[in-house]
Amino acid sequence: MMNLLRLIGGRNASAPVARERLQILLAHERGLRGQPDLLGLLRTEILAAVSRHIVLDPDKVIVRMDRGKHVSTLEVDIEVPNGVEKSLAAVAS
Amino acid sequence: MAKVLVVTSGKGGVGKTTSTAALGAALAQMGEKVVVIDFDVGLRNLDLVLGAERRVVFDLINVVQGVAKLSQALIRDKRLENLWLLPASQTRDKDALTDAGVGSIIAELRTRFDWILCDSPAGIERGAMLAMRYADEAVIVTNPEVSSVRDSDRIIGMLDSKTVKAERGERVEKHILITRYDSGRASRGEMLSIDDILEILATPLLGIIPESQDVLRASNVGSPVTLNNAASAPARAYTDAVRRLLGEAVTMTVPVERKGLMNRLLGRRAA
Repeated sequence: MMNLLRLIGGRNASAPVARERLQILLAHERGLRGQPDLLGLLRTEILAAVSRHIVLDPDKVIVRMDRGKHVSTLEVDIEVPNGVEKSLAAVAS
Repeated sequence: MAKVLVVTSGKGGVGKTTSTAALGAALAQMGEKVVVIDFDVGLRNLDLVLGAERRVVFDLINVVQGVAKLSQALIRDKRLENLWLLPASQTRDKDALTDAGVGSIIAELRTRFDWILCDSPAGIERGAMLAMRYADEAVIVTNPEVSSVRDSDRIIGMLDSKTVKAERGERVEKHILITRYDSGRASRGEMLSIDDILEILATPLLGIIPESQDVLRASNVGSPVTLNNAASAPARAYTDAVRRLLGEAVTMTVPVERKGLMNRLLGRRAA
């Protein structure tokens, strides 16, 4: 009966989407509960590691997470100032 | 033995205060001695929903700070002699509420009442934490809507970790109360279904309160819906929920509005 009604009103049936989004989100949030802010921690540590070799603007280090049902991606975007090859060469020598 | 029950949700506007008033009144109507406490310091509203807004003299923080005695701050309902209100402060700083202060008030109320209902403020800050701190049971008010379900999940996590019971290794008994439910929209797949919500939150159901004009009408006149129109669909749903709290096995249904002749006939029979 429920499925039949869903078929009839198929276009309006946004509840299954809501349910799936919630299930994915809560699975992640429950795992992270009680732990420190993971993205903040990653950002700080990545910044510290890279800064040992390259002079960086801390505001230009962006860490993003995109959570999927099976796989999540972690994107780290670091803007490196021009002339970095010189400083890299200096480190190497 | 007295039971402390927190009515909470995380999200605002889902019906915590309305539900506290309705559940408290329904318990009192069944002969239980009940006190409802408003923990929403600065934004009190339980007094208004109960029609006691003009009778507030002292409040929860006055009692915590020792300015007033508990007996001076408690307001007895004019219609139900078993129902009492401990109002929140409207003006004071919410930091005046302390863990120890709330603990001693709850301990004193336990000796005088059967049920202590704590109406939590929205959010997860101090007021919400203290409202749930000493709870034996929790009613998590949830709307069939994604943000409400997410916040309920967060609150469930807090009930399992931040309460005195949780710290002692015991469990706060948790119940989901679904409010503003529209069975038509749910069956058309436009609204999360009861099964969806319960599966996601993995917590037992206490009751389903249908979306109804009677709820607004009751708060307009300052009377809990179970008292204002006991035959209405939401009132019957709240009464069923209270029976379940008292341990009765009541079949779970979504009460519907009765109309016309049927309304009269059934209304009379119920009276």
